[in-house]
Amino acid sequence: MATTTETIDRPGALAPPSLSSRAKARMVSALLIAPLVLFLTLVFVLPLGGMLMHAVENGEVGEALPGVAAEMQGWSGEGLPPESAYAALARDLKAAYGEPRLGEASRRLNYERSGYRALLSKTARSVRGIDRPQAGWAAELTAIDARWGEPATWAALRRASPSLTPYYLLTALDLRMDDNGSIARAPAEERIYIDTLARTLWIGFITTLLCLVLGFPLAHALVSLPRGFASVLMVCVLLPFWTSLLVRTSAWIVVLQKEGVLNGLLTRLGIVDAPLDLVFNRFGLYVAMVHILLPFMILPILSVMKGISPSYMRASASLGAHPAVGFLKVYLPMTLPGVGAGCLMTFIIGVGYYITPSLVGGARDQMTSYFIAYYANTTINWGLSSALGAILLACIMLLYATVGRLIGVGRIAGIQ
Amino acid sequence: MTTRRARRLCGPILFATLIASGSSHARDLTVVGFGGSLQDAMRTAYFEPFSKRSGAPLIEESYTGGIAKLKAMNQSRTVDWDVLQMDENEMTLACDEGLLEPFDWKSQPNAADIIPQVKAPCGVGAFVWSKVLAFDPAKTPGVKSWADFWDLKRWPGERGLRKQARMTLEIALLADGVAPDKLYETLGTKAGVDRAFAKLDQIKPHIRWWVSGAQPVEWLAAGNVVMTSAYNGRVAAANKDGRAFTMLWTHQLYSADYWTIPKGTDKLAAARELVAYMTSADAQKRFAETIPYGVTNGRASALIDPKIQPDLPTAPQNMAGALMIDTPFWVNNEDELQQRFERWVAQ
Repeated sequence: MATTTETIDRPGALAPPSLSSRAKARMVSALLIAPLVLFLTLVFVLPLGGMLMHAVENGEVGEALPGVAAEMQGWSGEGLPPESAYAALARDLKAAYGEPRLGEASRRLNYERSGYRALLSKTARSVRGIDRPQAGWAAELTAIDARWGEPATWAALRRASPSLTPYYLLTALDLRMDDNGSIARAPAEERIYIDTLARTLWIGFITTLLCLVLGFPLAHALVSLPRGFASVLMVCVLLPFWTSLLVRTSAWIVVLQKEGVLNGLLTRLGIVDAPLDLVFNRFGLYVAMVHILLPFMILPILSVMKGISPSYMRASASLGAHPAVGFLKVYLPMTLPGVGAGCLMTFIIGVGYYITPSLVGGARDQMTSYFIAYYANTTINWGLSSALGAILLACIMLLYATVGRLIGVGRIAGIQ
Repeated sequence: MTTRRARRLCGPILFATLIASGSSHARDLTVVGFGGSLQDAMRTAYFEPFSKRSGAPLIEESYTGGIAKLKAMNQSRTVDWDVLQMDENEMTLACDEGLLEPFDWKSQPNAADIIPQVKAPCGVGAFVWSKVLAFDPAKTPGVKSWADFWDLKRWPGERGLRKQARMTLEIALLADGVAPDKLYETLGTKAGVDRAFAKLDQIKPHIRWWVSGAQPVEWLAAGNVVMTSAYNGRVAAANKDGRAFTMLWTHQLYSADYWTIPKGTDKLAAARELVAYMTSADAQKRFAETIPYGVTNGRASALIDPKIQPDLPTAPQNMAGALMIDTPFWVNNEDELQQRFERWVAQ
């Protein structure tokens, strides 16, 4: 207490840091980072959490058809449901007729079983005029559409009724819940996302490798060359950073296409007879991606290399090591944190690529992001879109954890 | 990065909210189309004359389809689109989900003239478009049908098709000899879908997939493809610019695009007025004479310059053997068939 008074009494005096002034300092730093925390919460944590929620949320059927959804929870799922479920369905459909929520439920049910959309709207239209069916609702609904007499129709409704669902995550892994409730692989002609994910990771891996092979020597050149020349080189490295992604990618199409600059040159020089397929395939994709991602590899390596004193290499030489041995045993290990950070950054950004593959890749070069964008923007299947995103995120987290364990998160981030 | 994508997913909602809370100024009437030569024609025929007549500015935007943005606007209650051009299947979905204003025919003075097939619960037909087989007769003379599209021996080279299941599966079955009136019956069965994919397998390595309507015509002009499916209006626009592509009307695939009004707009009356103007006979005549798509106002057909008539999808001689795209079929089956298609394409 005394110290506090003293500090207040003599502002600006050099008092030893006391408990409360430390608390004050802590508060000031908390205030200083508050805008960042707020920003991150608003644009990062909340949307990310929202996205992950979308992957399991399943409120559509419960909201539009609450009665039958409750019935489904109490039903064993074997054969056909009891009369009360049919009656609840008829009641729900009458209440929801013409409401947007019925449309949303139809969309959800149509994922489970094609044709459900039409089935629901047809049934909803038909039951409006019926108050008390003579033979009971089960007979009445089956007369409206025979599908209400099929166990598969009800199994789909039962799967889609709970408020949370594994459906989207399973689908994103090419799995599905069959009518008996057990998890099985999707039919061969519908398996697609695992292959796409593997392709995405593979493209990310190859791109990272190419960036490393090109970027490491270049970074080394940048630190060892005379200053003037190095800064010219540096501008060349940074140039792709300053041009729009779309412009850079489209420029590669102009250069690489069949009637493009490169093919024109090659044919005129007589090196090839017919123009080569250089774009709209994997080759073109790697060229464009490496070009865009190279700075992300070079800059972290460069910053580490700059901190390595040339005297280490001189010391290893004076101790009799061959330059190659010196490089491998002395220099290379010291650059590893930069290499790790560069590889991680290049890979993570690379696997999220969407515009570049869609512009310069072929039909077989589309990555997971293509489907994420497709489901989010074209159809409004936000659940599947989020599930694919969540799985991609999980892959990256796994990789991050592995690399973090091998090299250390602090070293990657540059704060040893 | 995944996080970036997450932002993209939820971003529009947040962004729209921020914008909305920051601005309270009056917004001008906004109309949204599909861009390109199509929207150019709409500007000439509809937007500019309407704006001149009403004396109020009209804002134009364009998009590439999809109902995600509409849904985001609706959820954040910041609807700043007033009149929207939509494909029939997306209109049906959006209408079911309550994203569109139910269409009020009483507000439409031209209601009686509109052909009944394009009167929908949430929209009115804007124009009739057609997907045709287009080729350059100087390079590949003698092409007569979709079956010839598969004849790699006689006409070697790449073929352009749109990268989607809808219409591509139909084209495959038409080429395989399925009659237009039996087509959706066939496609409704597993065997029919298998048959369509088997047919596509025959030319798969030679297909170049297009995404936007402008691509096939550009590729045809550049010689990247020797024949392609394309929208008739885009081909006609290229021919106007000096190309001489042939359009094959035999087994053309046609459907309508619609004018819709997003639910929640605060310019409902003005939006309805614009739609009424765009479905009037005089305006539609101007539109069809700028870009040859079919009109939806029955009275407009008679007014159109007879020289243009043979280029319209709706001309009687072009309608022989034409296939109307079955929107209800696709609304029900697109989820499943598109997924199988995506997988097949990526293999």
